[in-house]
Amino acid sequence: MTLSSARRTPTRRHVTSLLAGAAIAGLALSACTSATESDAGAGESSSGAAPGEGATTVGFIAVGPQDDFGYNQAVHDGIRAVAETHPDLEILEAYNIPENDQAVEALQTMVDQGATVLFATSFGHLDAAQQVAEANPDVAVLHQGGLIDDTSPENLGTYYGTVYEPVYLAGIAAGAATETGVLGFVYGYPVPQVVANINAFTLGAQSVNPDVETIAVSTTSWCDPATQADRAASLISQGADVLTQHQDCTKTIIEAAEAAGVYSVGFHADASELAPQGWLAGSEWDWTELYPSIIDTVVDGDFIGSEYDANYRGGAANGNSPFVPSTLGASVTPETKALIDAAQTELESGWTPFTGPIMGQDGATPVIPEGTALTSDDADQMDYFVAGVTGNLAG
Amino acid sequence: MIIDILSGGVRGGTSLLFAGLGETISERAGVINLGTEGAMLVGALGGYAVTFHTGSPWLGVLGGAAAGALLALVHAVLVVSRGANQYASGLTLFFLALGLTALFGVDYVSRQITAFTPVKIPVLGDIPVVGPVLFDHDPLVYAGYVVVPLVAWVMFRTRAGLLLRSAGERADALGVNGYSVVAVRYAAVVSGGALAGIGGAHISIAYANSWFENMIAGRGFIAVSLVIFAMWHPVNVLLGAYLFGAALSLASVLQANGVDVNQFALNAIPFLMTLVVLTVLGKRTLRKAPDELLKVLETAKA
Repeated sequence: MTLSSARRTPTRRHVTSLLAGAAIAGLALSACTSATESDAGAGESSSGAAPGEGATTVGFIAVGPQDDFGYNQAVHDGIRAVAETHPDLEILEAYNIPENDQAVEALQTMVDQGATVLFATSFGHLDAAQQVAEANPDVAVLHQGGLIDDTSPENLGTYYGTVYEPVYLAGIAAGAATETGVLGFVYGYPVPQVVANINAFTLGAQSVNPDVETIAVSTTSWCDPATQADRAASLISQGADVLTQHQDCTKTIIEAAEAAGVYSVGFHADASELAPQGWLAGSEWDWTELYPSIIDTVVDGDFIGSEYDANYRGGAANGNSPFVPSTLGASVTPETKALIDAAQTELESGWTPFTGPIMGQDGATPVIPEGTALTSDDADQMDYFVAGVTGNLAG
Repeated sequence: MIIDILSGGVRGGTSLLFAGLGETISERAGVINLGTEGAMLVGALGGYAVTFHTGSPWLGVLGGAAAGALLALVHAVLVVSRGANQYASGLTLFFLALGLTALFGVDYVSRQITAFTPVKIPVLGDIPVVGPVLFDHDPLVYAGYVVVPLVAWVMFRTRAGLLLRSAGERADALGVNGYSVVAVRYAAVVSGGALAGIGGAHISIAYANSWFENMIAGRGFIAVSLVIFAMWHPVNVLLGAYLFGAALSLASVLQANGVDVNQFALNAIPFLMTLVVLTVLGKRTLRKAPDELLKVLETAKA
């Protein structure tokens, strides 16, 4: 069964990317795969069962390709874990689904094919998840990374991890390794999660090397390798001897760092093989525990009111983080490793790197006052850089 | 900092240089190709795939050129033989290339290749300022230095160049003299596509050393814009390519230096510069355009 699903995937993906092209071209190809069947499906809503209870089919959509050495590949790996833990479930997967109406289309098509549990795995899929949840009250819809409130339908849940925790730990490795005291951070867009990561990385580095500076530069894209190459060259030219990033595709920057003989801190996936010399640390996704756990809850009929029903955040403290530290590089010293382990223990005890007092970029105005510790929901709304970060949030 | 911007301009401008030269050749023969972005995409993937399978980036360059030429050949069939609308054909081929490269590129996303690496030229590379800006780059950057005068020489000093320009200026006269306008335009469009393919390959196998779908990210459209900016002259294309490259690189250097800039505004610089040229020179830009191309351009105006 896994085989047949796997075979179906590329077809769907290819159709979608061709459709995407055609649609933008203004050729007005209207895809009407779902309209008729979904009308028929709407009549079934009076079964009385909880959303997704006894599900036999589960659907996943992802925004990018399944082997991007990054975010979407991790989704793919998580789905493979579900296939192993739930061999009786039929799994539908669709990749390269843009964050627009095509996501609604893709999810609804999956419902029409019998899916009663849906995972929308990109931040920008939240609107689509919401719409599909409203249209299909019998279906449990889960969104990866979103923050929802009471106005959302009860069959919609969101889940994620406290992403900045392993990034803080990687920052310790960077701060201990740098000789120039300058770290380079290449990011896509300054959304709160990215901002929190840049700050956590800097705070981690400062915890072992107080004078460290992080230069944060944007590419205005989640994946534009040529621009990444340009940014990496500029950062290295400015004296950065550790490069890290928050991009969907990570290969270019890691290879550029390795070629220039500077250190790399990975993001999204373990790419240590790309930088055998310079790899220090990194953070990577691991959905192989969380996806099956969520599906168990839903299939048992316990989704409504469960911890997965709204804003679940796995982290070091509850031991269920989907974002975990990657293997440390060979050049990380035992002393540094001990510091990282100690910080990990603190995180597990509930401590957060965003504990005040923390100063803003001017070094004088506190952005997190003394006595305040941010929750992960607070961090999901972060819109400022901390002291030690060079960069401009407006751009 | 200035050296970083200029050096980044030469390195980042090289893909624009090849694509812009190709588009110049095509437009000189009277055919505008908005599919240049697509030719760069297939060139980037073709170059990456061939480099991966053969281990040779030089063969990769050939692969990129062949892929770009093939896509341009489709454009030539549609617009030269079938008389299709040049804009519609070019844009459609871009979207086709976007979809096809996403489809066939999946297998190459996480592959590692032996890419071009910078080779510092002895003596010249040690000259202050000039050395790091011009003589410490990958081989395709140097190839750009050679290709521009070569194309200019062929275009203005050889019989082939005369035929090319005639196809763009006086297609009727070319026919009367017993030459095939169709053949000349085919040659121009296809070689233009090959150059755009090399431009794309420069990004994937010498600059970013990766393949990802849609990785050209609009640089093909900058190249089309560049040709107008350069008034259809190869030497101006060289200057414009490095200028546009420097504009793109400016965003990196300013940010890395902590200068407060708006990233999105910087991205628009090449297009703004082209708009300035169009505004300042107005109708005079059209006087520089090949006459046969004017027919296409003026149809669009109506």
